[in-house]
Amino acid sequence: MALVLAPALPIRDWLAELDTLRSRSPGFFGGRAIMVDVTGLGLTKAELTALVGDLLDRGIRLMGIEGADPEALGPGLPPPVSGGKSIGILETPGEASRQPAPQPQPQVSSLMIEGSVRSGQSILHPDGDVTVLGSVASGAEIIAGGSIHIYGALRGRAIAGSTGHARARIFCRKFEAELLAIDGLYKAADDLWSRFRGQAVQVALDGDAIIITALD
Amino acid sequence: MAKIVVVTSGKGGVGKTTSTAALGAALAQGGSRVVVVDFDVGLRNLDLVMGAERRVVYDLINVVQGDAKLPQALIRDKRLDNLSLLPASQTRDKDALSEAGVARVLEELREKFDWILCDSPAGIERGATLAMRHADVAVVVTNPEVSSVRDSDRIIGLLDSKTEKAERGERMDKHLLLTRYDPARAERGEMLRVDDVLEILSIPLLGIIPESEEVLRASNVGSPVTLNNPVSAPARAYADAARRLKGEAVEMLIPSDRRGLLGKLFGRRAA
Repeated sequence: MALVLAPALPIRDWLAELDTLRSRSPGFFGGRAIMVDVTGLGLTKAELTALVGDLLDRGIRLMGIEGADPEALGPGLPPPVSGGKSIGILETPGEASRQPAPQPQPQVSSLMIEGSVRSGQSILHPDGDVTVLGSVASGAEIIAGGSIHIYGALRGRAIAGSTGHARARIFCRKFEAELLAIDGLYKAADDLWSRFRGQAVQVALDGDAIIITALD
Repeated sequence: MAKIVVVTSGKGGVGKTTSTAALGAALAQGGSRVVVVDFDVGLRNLDLVMGAERRVVYDLINVVQGDAKLPQALIRDKRLDNLSLLPASQTRDKDALSEAGVARVLEELREKFDWILCDSPAGIERGATLAMRHADVAVVVTNPEVSSVRDSDRIIGLLDSKTEKAERGERMDKHLLLTRYDPARAERGEMLRVDDVLEILSIPLLGIIPESEEVLRASNVGSPVTLNNPVSAPARAYADAARRLKGEAVEMLIPSDRRGLLGKLFGRRAA
């Protein structure tokens, strides 16, 4: 589960409000999975980089950016996500206009990776499924618009349905993941049920819950 | 045909320099012409481990920048005639290395030697990428612990993408050298087992070097462990690894220093 920050224009005022919130409850953002939703703000790459930097200065590490212009994203910025589901428990400073992300049609293009994905490598394939014949190492990540199929061990991050595809799934032969996400819903390793460790599993979404089931 | 071998790891302190010196000496003992090249510009250590620190006049940077000729910078080992060292500079940093300069020096070394062993600096920055850039073969030095294994995995990814060989679409030959291995502790679950490391990294095993006091002893007297005490367990393991590097089939054993009963009784450490 991730906390979503939705900045409002002007960013400077919003940051000031955020600082007030932080001073009231220090450590609020520590250790949380945090994303930022910039839908409708029309930020340029420079503005977005500045915002990410400002948040980092405040000790807020972003896991993803939602609603940004794809042109404005790139290396050095958190990965894009979309279709994250608001569960509306936490009020964010500067209530923003959240509109449901448009549901794109599921696409059919798929990406095949013959070997292993090594630590530090990131495979980004927003157009469809990703199949990895080897393993995904600790510190590596796969971000797919569709489902993710891993025939070796999953030790890194698997982010499926990143373009708003709730029916995407994650399959792996050996489950030791650091982070799982489907359609914007996240689970970090600490929340993952250890009884599936090392097993062949599939991961799917049931409503707002990430469900892991053994394959064998 | 000369082979350029990069000895790399990502993580520091796992034994790159020790392994470069030991493998270099072992290959030279087998009769090949060998040069060990220190790429750790600014933090040079290979000269110390080779016992040549007081004979350094010119270094890799001087040759790369054209201030000195290669034969002026090469230091011939006093113990083995066919083993040479190309030291790094201690006063400069990695930015002083240019890609074209490094390529030229390595080409020149190819003509003079059978084996060119490049001791890579730790990290994944310029120094490390330049050291691996022109290599034909990589020796990935790993300790049996999780951080070292993950960093090695990262380095393998770079070897498969950032080297000249990878960019030409060829496969980089990669070998795993597992150092500081303690079979007893692995058995007790206090360190990763060989199988665990191999499963994660999935590259062929070149050798298993047992944890031993001999390694530090050899470093401190400025001698590769394979020369300092050839019958010690790590020296035998390095010698076997060197033979495997040459393509020989050598059975994979973990050599150990036999201890007498008294040694077993009194030699235990608290740690």
